[in-house]
This record gives sequence, C-alpha cells and structure tokens, in this order.
Amino acid sequence: MSMVFKTFASILLLFLSNHLLADSDYQSLGQAADDLSQQAQWNLSIAPDGKALPQGKGFAAQGKKLFALKCAACHGPEGIGASADPLMGEVGSLTSDYPEKTVNSYWPYATTLFDYIRRSMPIDAPFSLTANEVYELSAYILSQDGIIAADFELNEETLPRVTMPNRDGFTAFYPEK
Amino acid sequence: MKNTPTQSRRQFLQKAALGGALAGTVSLPIMANTDKLEFPDDLPKWMREPGGEFGNYGQPSKHEQEVIRWVSANPAAPGNGVSWTPLHDLQGTITPNGLHYERHHNGVPQIDPAQHTLLIDGLVDQALSFDVKSLMRYPMVSRTCFIECGGNSNSGWRSNPIQSQAGYAHGLVSNAEWTGIPLKHLLKEAGIQTTAKWVIAEGADAAALNISIPLEKLLDDALLALYQNGERLRPENGYPMRLVLPGWEGILNVKWLRQLRLTDEPIMSRDETSQYTELMPDGTARQFTFINEAKSLITSPSLGMMLPDNPGIYQISGLAWSGRGKITRVEISADGGDSWVDAELQGPILDKAFTRFSLPWHWQGEHAILQSRATDETGYVQPTRDALIENRGKHGFFHYNAIVSWEITEEGDINHVYGF
Repeated sequence: MSMVFKTFASILLLFLSNHLLADSDYQSLGQAADDLSQQAQWNLSIAPDGKALPQGKGFAAQGKKLFALKCAACHGPEGIGASADPLMGEVGSLTSDYPEKTVNSYWPYATTLFDYIRRSMPIDAPFSLTANEVYELSAYILSQDGIIAADFELNEETLPRVTMPNRDGFTAFYPEK
Repeated sequence: MKNTPTQSRRQFLQKAALGGALAGTVSLPIMANTDKLEFPDDLPKWMREPGGEFGNYGQPSKHEQEVIRWVSANPAAPGNGVSWTPLHDLQGTITPNGLHYERHHNGVPQIDPAQHTLLIDGLVDQALSFDVKSLMRYPMVSRTCFIECGGNSNSGWRSNPIQSQAGYAHGLVSNAEWTGIPLKHLLKEAGIQTTAKWVIAEGADAAALNISIPLEKLLDDALLALYQNGERLRPENGYPMRLVLPGWEGILNVKWLRQLRLTDEPIMSRDETSQYTELMPDGTARQFTFINEAKSLITSPSLGMMLPDNPGIYQISGLAWSGRGKITRVEISADGGDSWVDAELQGPILDKAFTRFSLPWHWQGEHAILQSRATDETGYVQPTRDALIENRGKHGFFHYNAIVSWEITEEGDINHVYGF
C-alpha cells in the first residue's frame, strides 16, 4: 500500500468518524464558576478548622432568650428534648445503659453546631438567623454543660478552639482496614 | 447458632408427609335457554359495558389502595421523618417509583429545574457549574441497585420485637433502575487535584443537607442520577438530580444535589457525626460505616398475613441484598435456625441489588419459626440478632442487619419474635 493511499485512507477514516462517531464521548459543558464558588451561599459547610465561619459573636445570655423564642417549642425549654432531639445534658452517659447522644455529650466538634443551626434551623424557617444569633445559640447550648463559661464570647476565632467532651470518641471505619 | 447439617430441598418439603389430597369437585355445564339473552347475568359487568378512558398517567387499581408507603413523621415538623416501602405487598425486585422509601430532613423541595445549578468546586483545576439542560447531553448509564437508609430496621435494637408488617419495620430500603451520568466524567472535567480525598455533597432542600463522601467512591461507580425506573426522578427522590452510590447507606445518596466540593478532609457535618454513627458498648462510636452489609427478609408469609390452610403449601418468598456485591446464597429455616435449606434465587442476580428468593413450604400446622439467612460473594453471612448484639451492643441504632424471625402459630397466625 502506498504512502499516499495510506494517508488518503486515514484522512477518509477521520472524515467518516467525525460524521458517525464523536471524537470524544461527550462535550465538556461545564461553565467556569470561580465567582460562584466564592459566594457565601456556596460556602455553607464549615470544617473543624473554622475557616469558613462568618464574622460575628454571641454570648450565652442572649442565646438563652433566643432559644426560648425559636427552639424551645421542639427541643424543650431546657433543651433536653421534646418532639426534637435533646441538645444538652447527659455528658458522660455514653457508656451507661441509657446513653443520650446530645450535642454536648456526643458531638465531636463545636463547628458542626454552627454549621447545622445555620443551614437548617429553626426547622420552620431555615436561613432566617443572623450570624450573631447562631453564635448566641451555640454559646447558650455549650455553656449549659460548662463546655464554655457563661460569659465566654463565641466568635469565628474562639468557636473552632472549643474542645467538645467527646472529641476523641469516634473511630473512623473508612478507609477499611 | 446451632450448626446442624443442611437438609435437602426435598427433605424440607417432605418433612411432614403430604396431607390428604383435597377431594376434587366437578361441575357440568348447564344447557342454555335459547329464548333469552345468551349471558344475562353470569358475565361480570366489566365484560358487558365499555371500560374506562385512557389516562395520561396510570394509577394502581382502586382495589390496591392499601398498598402504600407508611408515613412516620414528626407532627411538629411534618417534613422530618420517613415513609416505608410496603415490601410485604410487593413482588419481583423493582420498587415502583410511588412506593420508593423516603427519608427527608425538612420536606420535599419543589425545585424548578430551570433554576437549579450544580456546582463542582474545591480542590479542582477549574470550578464548574452545570445546568440541567447541559447535563442531559452527557453520556448516561443505567444501574439497578438498592438504596437503604442507615437507620433501616432500627426497631430490631429494641428489647421487645416490634409487631409491624415486614415493610413497615424493614422497608427503608428500595430497589430501582437509576439512570444518569457517571460522576467521574464531571469530576474529571473539572480536573481533580492530587490532594483531593473527600467530596462534600450538599442538597438544595430546606435542610441543605451536607455530608462527606470519599472521592474514591464517586470515581468508582457513583451516578449523578436523573432518571428512576425510566422516568425522571420523583421530587421525593431528588428531582432534578441526586447521587446514587450503589451499596452505600442512603444518607450519602444526596437528593436535590446542588454542590460537590472536593476537599482533603471530611467536613464533620451533623449527619456524619451526631447521626449515622454507631455507639458501641465502650462509649466510642463507629464513624464512616458507609456500606450496607448483607441482609435478607422473608416478605411472605410475614406478620399481618395468616396461613389459611392447614395443612397447606405456602410459597416462602423474600428479598436479599448486600452492599458488598452479589447475593450468592439464601437459606431458609422453619425451626428457628436448627436446620437450613437453600432457597431458589431468582435471576438475574445483580451486584448490590435486590435478589428475590423463594421456596415452597409444606406446613403441617406445627408451631414454626421462619427465618432467612443471606450470604454474599465476599462470604459474609447475615448474623443472628444475638450475634449482632454481642458484637455491637444495643445502642448502635444504625446498620441493623440481623436475621428476622417470624413465628407461625398452630392457628396460622404470624408474630415477630426474638431469641432464635
């Protein structure tokens, strides 16, 4: 087979394949989204390092009032549970016959509390709280079991430094050993 | 667990001798009176008048109105709860879309697909957004698999056996054919950086549910599902798009997916710390227990039914599934686990999907404890309840996969029992 014919044949093949089969399995259709990726509404998740926490601050006393207004109906006036999960108390109960997995007894990271309240609470009006209000509620819950002092200022710097009682209570089963 | 030799299928069927054959009755045709209508009253009315109109979207027979998901939600927050697939009323392996189980944390969002965006960002070369129309142009594959809530069957941890029908205790699992885009296409388009190990998935519901998933799983067999049993996803199953992670617990199969952020560490969200972790007797908890281990359940006969004929032949039937692969064996016991016989597995047996099993059983009216026991292709054998509790205590709540025991009384009633 001559070189010319081979070249001709491969061009023909390329021509045919362009018509019958796509060069690639699919066309890249994603749009560059660097701007979107920076926006607050696409940065809701807060890791234990707390870097994504918004600026703000709150104290337990403010949080107590807010809790009575916005949370107590489901979580109970003392936060020990009603139609919704208990949040406070029961620290040290995990090895008992009746363990209670409250925020203060079970959750390993305080950043999770901020993350979860902000994205989903109160359940009838998610995203209706200000950053300060989320800090206030978090401060109230944590202070009830002495995890932080009653006059502790919870903010984007101090929240990630709060050590939860059950910080080391988890064993990762991934990757599987 | 007593370990006695497995009986043969024939022995199982013939363990008690056949009862007396039922005497047949024979009826003869009666001559018609030719002066009258040939069939005045003896044809059903639906053969004597035109039927109903065509329908734009079919519905089950009105005689099947009791085949429903059983809803168990928080009265103070009706969007937070579950609905259970009525496994005891279904046959085959595919769960109809209207009966697929639900777990919502704050209701079913009514998403306008024209306003929905999927963002892939984090440890990628280029953050990318996708609209639904663009995604519909990507190559899709179909995958039949089960999705099971990590909290399915959690009533099994209680001290007393719950007297609920099979689906209403174990029906937070369903099986469907999901069609969508292999996630690896979209992740590779964004360019995965070498430090990326986890992906934080987030939903566009009123809980903005977020959870960490190993990148490895998304590159393996995960789908961005757009279709469920051939039609677009139902709103309660994630419309317009959801993750499907074959064999991995339901919470990770994020519905209404809006974002995948690649990271080097898990985010430690509420649903991977406070929930979907399993407290052990020593007070520590297992975290990132993603895989649903092998499990099986006799769906018929089961609680809520009864055995009308004594003696009688009954078709034992049920479902088995494993998040680690194919089901290779299901055994049945009628004596509380003292002896076992292999059930027949209905093909095709698919990886990480429901497998239907069956076995005819000749009941002689004796007290019986019916059980099924699944084995998967890794050799894992479904544990007894006692073994599960010995291994994990009573407060794990999630990932309950023990053998289920149905007691058949001498009257033919059926109860849920423990201790076998």
